[in-house]
Amino acid sequence: MSDNTLNNLPDGFKGMSHDMGSDQTAFKGVQWGKTMMWIFLLSDTFIFSCFLISYMKGRASTVVDWPNTSEVFSLHVGDVPVPLLLIAIMTFVLITSSGTMALAVKYGYERNRKMCAWLILATAIGGLTFVGMQAFEWSKLIHEGVRPWENPFGAKQFGSFFFMITGFHGTHVSIGVIFLFIFARKTFRGDFDTGKRGFFTTMKSDYVAIEILGLYWHFVDLVWVFIFAFFYLW
Amino acid sequence: MSDEYNQKNTPLETQSSETTSGSSGSTTDIDYVRPAEVPEQDLYHGHSFITKWVFCQDAKVIGIQYFLTAVFTGIVGLILSWLMRLQLGFPELVPFITAEHYYQFVTMHGMIMVVYFLTALFLGGFGNYLIPLMVGARDMVFPYVNMVSFWMFFIAVCVLMASFFVPGGPTGAGWTLYPPQAILPGSPGSGIGIILMLVSLSLFVIGFTMGGLNYLITILQARTRGMTLMRMPLTIWGIFTATALAMLAFPALLVSCIMMTLDKVLETSFFMPAIIQAGEVLDYGGGSPVLFQHLFWFFGHPEVYIVALPAFGIVSDLISVHARKNIFGYRMMVWAIVGIGALSFFVWAHHMYVSGMNPWFGFFFATTTLIIAVPTALKVYNWIITLFKANIRMNTVMLFCLGFIVTFVNGGITGIFLGNVAVDIPLSDTYFVIAHFHMVMGIAPLMVIMGAVYHWFPLVTGRMLSEKLGKWHFWFTFLGAYSIYFPMHYLGFIGVPRRYFEMYDSPYVTSATGLNEFITVAALIVGISQFIFIYNIITSLRMGKPAGKNPWKANSLEWLTSEVPPVHGNFGEKLPVVHRWPYDFNVPGAKEDYITQTTPPSEVINAEVEKT
Repeated sequence: MSDNTLNNLPDGFKGMSHDMGSDQTAFKGVQWGKTMMWIFLLSDTFIFSCFLISYMKGRASTVVDWPNTSEVFSLHVGDVPVPLLLIAIMTFVLITSSGTMALAVKYGYERNRKMCAWLILATAIGGLTFVGMQAFEWSKLIHEGVRPWENPFGAKQFGSFFFMITGFHGTHVSIGVIFLFIFARKTFRGDFDTGKRGFFTTMKSDYVAIEILGLYWHFVDLVWVFIFAFFYLW
Repeated sequence: MSDEYNQKNTPLETQSSETTSGSSGSTTDIDYVRPAEVPEQDLYHGHSFITKWVFCQDAKVIGIQYFLTAVFTGIVGLILSWLMRLQLGFPELVPFITAEHYYQFVTMHGMIMVVYFLTALFLGGFGNYLIPLMVGARDMVFPYVNMVSFWMFFIAVCVLMASFFVPGGPTGAGWTLYPPQAILPGSPGSGIGIILMLVSLSLFVIGFTMGGLNYLITILQARTRGMTLMRMPLTIWGIFTATALAMLAFPALLVSCIMMTLDKVLETSFFMPAIIQAGEVLDYGGGSPVLFQHLFWFFGHPEVYIVALPAFGIVSDLISVHARKNIFGYRMMVWAIVGIGALSFFVWAHHMYVSGMNPWFGFFFATTTLIIAVPTALKVYNWIITLFKANIRMNTVMLFCLGFIVTFVNGGITGIFLGNVAVDIPLSDTYFVIAHFHMVMGIAPLMVIMGAVYHWFPLVTGRMLSEKLGKWHFWFTFLGAYSIYFPMHYLGFIGVPRRYFEMYDSPYVTSATGLNEFITVAALIVGISQFIFIYNIITSLRMGKPAGKNPWKANSLEWLTSEVPPVHGNFGEKLPVVHRWPYDFNVPGAKEDYITQTTPPSEVINAEVEKT
C-alpha cells in the first residue's frame, strides 16, 4: 500500500465523495478486518436496539406495576441499603477496562509487546470481574425470588427482560474476555511481531487485530451504558 | 483546500480513466489506472478432498454448496405445495392430509421458500459465486468465515428438516409464527416443532451474518484496479444492497426468535397476554402479541427486498447481455435499488393493517408503501427501454427475463391495491394476497433464478444447457405459473379466504371448486416440469455442448478468467484491470459488438463509448 497516495487524500465531504467514487476501496487505508468489525457492530447495534425497544414497549404496556429499581438493585452495606452500589462498581470496572484496552492498542502499534500484552491481560481481568459481579447480582435476585417467569416485586416482565438482556450482554462480555485471554497469550508469545499464522484461519497475525478486538470491547461497554441507563436509572 | 489538494495530488485526479474517443494525451496516459492499494490476498489452498470440496474456503465452491442445499430445501417446499394444492383442489382425496398436517405444510412451505430457498440461493449461492469474480477479487475477504457461514446454514437446514421427524411434527403456526397461537397446544407442532423452527432461524441468522459481512467487505474494500462502485454490474449492486438490508433486518428476527423461545421454554410473557385455555388460566400474562408482529415484519418486509433486489440486479445484467444493448439509465437503476432498500425499512406495518392500529399510523405506512412504487416503476421502465429497438437474442435466458418483467409488473400492480388500507382490509385474508406475493416474490425471482442458471451454467461447468429443453421448461413454468396464480386474484375478489383447510359447504364452494381443481392440476404440472430443468442440468453436466470462453459475449469480469470454469484464485497471475462499465454493447465505431471491461481505451480509440 503506498502511503504516499493515502496521505494525500482530500478531507471532509469532498474526501468522502472522492473515496466513494474511486476504485478498489471505499474506505481508504482501512483494513478488511476493521471494516468488518464496524459493520458487524452496526448489525449488533440493531440487535440491542430491538431488545431495548421491546423492553420499553413491555414496560410501558404492562398491567402490573414495575418494581422500584432503586430498591430491587440496592446492596446492603451493614444494614443500610445503598441503591445502585454494585452497579456503580460494575460500570466503573467495565469503563476502566475500556481505558486499558485503548492503551493496549496504542502500545501495540508502538510495537511495545510487553506493555501491550499486560494491558490486554488487565482488560481481560476487568471483563472477568464484571461478569463475576453480574453473576453475583443474578444470584442475589434469584435468591430473592426473581425469575424469568415471575417476580415478587411487581410485573413479571421485569425478570424476563432483565435476565434476557443482561444475559445477552453478559454473553458478549464473556466472548470478549475469552478473546482477550487468547490475544494476551498471542501477544506474550510474540505472534503479532512474527506474523504467525492463525490456527483456524491460516492468516497472518497483525497488530491491527488488537484494534479490531478493541472496537468490539468498546462497543460492549457502550451498550452497557445504555442498559445501565434503561434498567437501573429509569 | 481544494487548490492545495489539486496541486499535490495529480495522480489521484487522473484516475478516472478517460475513455472517450476525443481524449488527449499519449496512449499510456489514457490507459492509466491507479496502482494497487491493497497487497495480493493471502489464500489458503486446499490439498485434500475435504479441504477442496467439503470444508472448502473457495467462494465458488461455497456458492455451489449453498446453491445445492437451497435447491434441496426448495424441492421439499415444492412437494409441500403439491400436498396443499391436492387438499384444496380435491378435498379429502388424500386421507393423510389432515387439518393439522395441512397447516404444517403451509408453514414449512412458506418459511422454506422465503428464507432457506430464495434468500440462501440469491445471497449465498449467486452472491458467493459472483461477487469475487465480478468485482475482480481473488476470493471473499474472509474465506474461513465464509466456509463457517455455509456450514451454519447447513446445520440450520438440518435442524429445520429434523422438525419433520419429532413428536408432534413441525410447527403449523403459519410462516409468520404469530404468538400466542404458535406456542400454545391448539397449533400443530407447538411443542418441539416450534422450538426447532426458532433455533433453526437463529442459526440461519448467525450463519448469514458471517456470509453477509464477507459480501459487503469484498464489494467495499476488495475491488480490483479501476473497478469503481459505478462500474460494478447491477448484479453486484443488487446483492450488495440486499445484504446490507439483511444485516439490519435479521437482528429483528433473531430478537423475536430468542424472545419467543424464552416464552415457550421458560414461560416468560414477552408476547403472551393473559390466556384462558380450555377453562384453565395459564401462567402467562401482560405481554404484547403485537410487539412480535412489529419485530417480525421489521424483518419481514426488508426480507421481501432481500429476495427482490438481487433479482432486479441479475435480470438487468441478463437483459443487457442478451439484448446486446447497454442498460438504460444505469445510475438511475443503482439509485433505485438503494432507494428501494432504504424505503423498505419504513413500510413494515402494511402487513399489520388487520391487526388494528391508529388510522394515522396506517395512513403513514400506506403512503410510504406507495412511494416504493416510484423507484420500482423506474426500474421496470428502464428494462423495457433497454429492450426497445435492441438486438434481442430470443434464447431461454431472454425468455425468462421477459417472463420476469410480466410477472413482476402483475405482482407489483396488485401490491398497489394491497398497500392501501381501505382496499387491504377486505382483501387481506383472501386468495388475492396469495396471488400477489407469489407473483411478486415467488414467480418473479424464480424466473430470474432460472434465467441466471441458464446464463451462468456455462461459466460454472464449462458446458451449455440444452436450449430446446430450456424453452420447454420456460413455457411450462411461465404459462403454468400464470394458470396457478392468475385465477387466485379472482378467487380473492369473490372472497375465498386463505389459510382455510377446506371450504366445506360454504357458498364459495360452488363458484370456486372448478377453479381450485384447475389450479391444483396446473400446480402439479408446473412442479413436474421443474424436473425437465433438473434433467437438463444433470445431462448437460456431462453431455452439454462445450461452452468455451465467454459464450454470451458478455463484458463483465466473471467471463474473463484465466481458465473456464474459473479455478481457485479466479484470475491467474495478474488481477484484471478495469477501464469501463460492463455494458458497452454495440458501441458505434467499435470493431465488435461488445467491449469487455478490461479493454483499455487505447484499443477502442474510435469507439464512442460511455464515459463511466
